[in-house]
Amino acid sequence: MFSRIRTLIHARNLEFFRDRASLGWSVAMPFFLVFALALAFYGDNKPLFKVAVYQPSAEMTAKLNPIFGLEHVHFYTTDNLQRAIDKVARHQTDLLINLNPSTASAEQGYWVNIDSPNGYFMEKLLKQVDPNLKRHDTENHPIRYIDWVIPGVIGMNIMFGALFGVGFVIVRYRKSGYLKRLNATPLRPVEFILAQLVSRLFIVVFLAVVIFMISKWILGFAMNGSYWLLLLVTILGSLSMIAMSLMVTARVSSEELAGGLLNMVSWPMMLLSGVWFSLEGAYPPLKYLAQLFPLTHMLDAVRAITIDGAGLADLTQPILVLSLMTLVFIVIGAYAFKWSDD
Amino acid sequence: MTAIIEVKALRKEYPKLIAVDGIDFAIEKGCCFGLLGPNGAGKSTTIEMIEGLKKPTSGEILFNGVPMNSDFKKVAGIQFQSTALQDFLSVSDNLTLFRSFYDRHADLQDLIADCDLSSFLEQDASKLSGGQRQRLLLALALVHDPEVIFLDEPTTGLDPNARRQFWALIQKIKAGNKTIILTTHYMEEAYLLCDEIAIMAKGKLIARGTPDTLLAQHFGDNILELPTAALGAYQPKETHFHKGEKTEIYTKDMNQALRGLIDSGIDLTHLKIRSRTLDDLFLELTNKDTEEKVHV
Ligand SMILES: Nc1ncnc2c1ncn2[C@@H]1O[C@H](COP(=O)(O)OP(=O)(O)O)[C@@H](O)[C@H]1O
Ligand SMILES: [Mg+2]
Repeated sequence: MFSRIRTLIHARNLEFFRDRASLGWSVAMPFFLVFALALAFYGDNKPLFKVAVYQPSAEMTAKLNPIFGLEHVHFYTTDNLQRAIDKVARHQTDLLINLNPSTASAEQGYWVNIDSPNGYFMEKLLKQVDPNLKRHDTENHPIRYIDWVIPGVIGMNIMFGALFGVGFVIVRYRKSGYLKRLNATPLRPVEFILAQLVSRLFIVVFLAVVIFMISKWILGFAMNGSYWLLLLVTILGSLSMIAMSLMVTARVSSEELAGGLLNMVSWPMMLLSGVWFSLEGAYPPLKYLAQLFPLTHMLDAVRAITIDGAGLADLTQPILVLSLMTLVFIVIGAYAFKWSDD
Repeated sequence: MTAIIEVKALRKEYPKLIAVDGIDFAIEKGCCFGLLGPNGAGKSTTIEMIEGLKKPTSGEILFNGVPMNSDFKKVAGIQFQSTALQDFLSVSDNLTLFRSFYDRHADLQDLIADCDLSSFLEQDASKLSGGQRQRLLLALALVHDPEVIFLDEPTTGLDPNARRQFWALIQKIKAGNKTIILTTHYMEEAYLLCDEIAIMAKGKLIARGTPDTLLAQHFGDNILELPTAALGAYQPKETHFHKGEKTEIYTKDMNQALRGLIDSGIDLTHLKIRSRTLDDLFLELTNKDTEEKVHV
C-alpha cells in the first residue's frame, strides 16, 4: 500500500513541478498578494471604526452618552475588560471605552493602542464629544495591522492552494478518464486520496514557509512564538483544507461544477475566517458559522503563536479541531469517492 | 477446456436506452475472443462490466466458475478504447507508476522490447504518435503479467502500418497462452486475431462461432444487385435487401435466381454480380433492423 502511495505522490509531484507555467503562477501569485496587501495596509486604512464598550449601563444610544451618536462607528459590548484590552493591543478593536459609573473609577475611561492609526482618529473623535474622559494606554507590545493581516493572507493562500490545487486536479483526472484507468488497477480510493493529500501538502506547506520567511525578512512582522509550533499548525490547517477539497470534489466530473463548489466554500472562508478583519462584535450566527471553517481555527492558532507567543498547551483546542476536521473530511471523501461517472 | 470467463443474461440499462440486452457467452482459457460490432453496439459496456468497472443492471459474470470479485483486477490487464494519462510524465515514469500498483510484475525490459517502446522511453507520454501511444497503453495493461487481457478497439484510428504492427504484437501475446478479449469493428482484424468471434448489434449477440464457421455459414452465396425500380412489384424468393435505390439479392443458386428474374420480365441492363466479402457479412448481420429485409 505504501509503495503505491509513494509512487503516486512522486508522479503527482513530477507533474506539478514540470508544469512550468502553473508552477510560476502558483509561486508568484501569493507573493504578489502579500506585497500588494502590505503596501495597501501599511497606512492601515480600514474605513470603519470598531469600538468595544465595557458593560454599558443601558442601551447604547446618544441619550445614554453623546459618544454613541457618532456615525461610521461600530459599537459592541463586552464583559471581559482584560480580553478587550488585549484586542485593542492586537488591532482587532480600535478603541475600548468604559462609561459605566458603577464600575471602579480606575477602570473608567478609554483604552487605545498608540500605534494604531484608527485608534488615533477614534480618540480624536472621542475627545470632541467628551474631552474629560481618562485615557489608558495598552501595555502590550504594540502590534501593527500588518502583523495581524499577513498571517491571514498567508493562510488564505494556503486555503486557495489546498482547495483549488487538489480539487481541480482530481476533477480533471476524472473527466479525462485517468481515474477510470486507475480504477482498472487494484489501487483503492483511500490510497489514491492519501497520495494526493500528501503530495499537495508538501507543495502548499513548502510555499507557505517560503512566503512566510521572505515576507518576514522584508516586512518584519511580529513572530513571538515557536516556529515548530507554527509549522505544526500550518500542516494541520493545510491538511484539513486539502481534505475538505477532496471531500467536495469526491464525485464531481465537471470543472464548472467543481469551480462553483470550491468558490462556495472558499469565499465564505475568506470573508468570515478572519483573514482581513476580526469578526469581533459581528452578528453572532456568523461567528458560529465561521467555527465550521478550518481556516478560522488555523488563523486563530497562527495569530496566537505569532502575536501572543502561545505555546502548545494554549493551542490544544484548535489542534484537536483541525485534526478532527481532517479525519472527518477524509472519511467522507473516501466513502463518497467515485472513479468515474458510470 | 474450462471457461475462464462466463457471462449469463448480462444486461445494462441506462435511463434512456438498453446498452446491453441480455447476452450469454463463455470464453475458454487461452482463447482470443473477439467482440465485433458497429459503434454503439454495446461492446465497451459489455467488457467494462466484465472488468468490474460498470455495474450490470442484471445478470451474472463468473471468473473460473465463481462470481467476479475485486481480486480480478489483480489478474486483468486492461486497455481502454480511450484513456488519458497524467500530464508531464514520460513513458518510463508511467511504466514505473503502473508497476507499483501490482505485486506481480512482468519483466520490464522484455515488456519494453515487446511493445517496442525503447526509442521513446523518456518522451512525454502526451506527445506520442497514435501507434506509439497505443503500444504504451498496451504495455501499461501488461505490466503485471495479467492472465486475462482486455483490448477495447486497440487499433481504431491507427494508420494501416501501425495497425499491422499492433496485430503482430497481439499475436506475440497470444503465443504466451493468455486469454484475450478484443473488441473491434474491423472484420478483418477479428478474423486474423481471434479464435472465436461474437457479433454484437444493439446490445444483443447476433452470431457467434469461429471465424471459419461464421464465414462458411454465410459465404456460400453470391450477390445480385439491381436498381430497386427495375424490380417493380417482383418479390424474389431469395433473401434480399432493399438498400434505397438498389436491391441486393443473396443466392447460392445463381441459375435459379436469374431464371426467376428473367421469367418475371425484369430489366437486367443494370444487373451486377459479385461474391460476398467479410464486410458484407458484417453489414448483413448488424444492419438487420435498419434495413428492410425479407427472408423466405
Ligand atoms: N454512461 C452512459 N450513459 C448513457 N448511455 C451510455 C453510457 N455509456 C454508453 N452508453 C450508450 O450505450 C450504448 C453502447 O455503448 P458502447 O458500449 O460504448 O458501444 P461500443 O463500444 O460498441 O461502441 C451507446 O448507445 C452509448 O451511447
Ligand atoms: Mg466502444
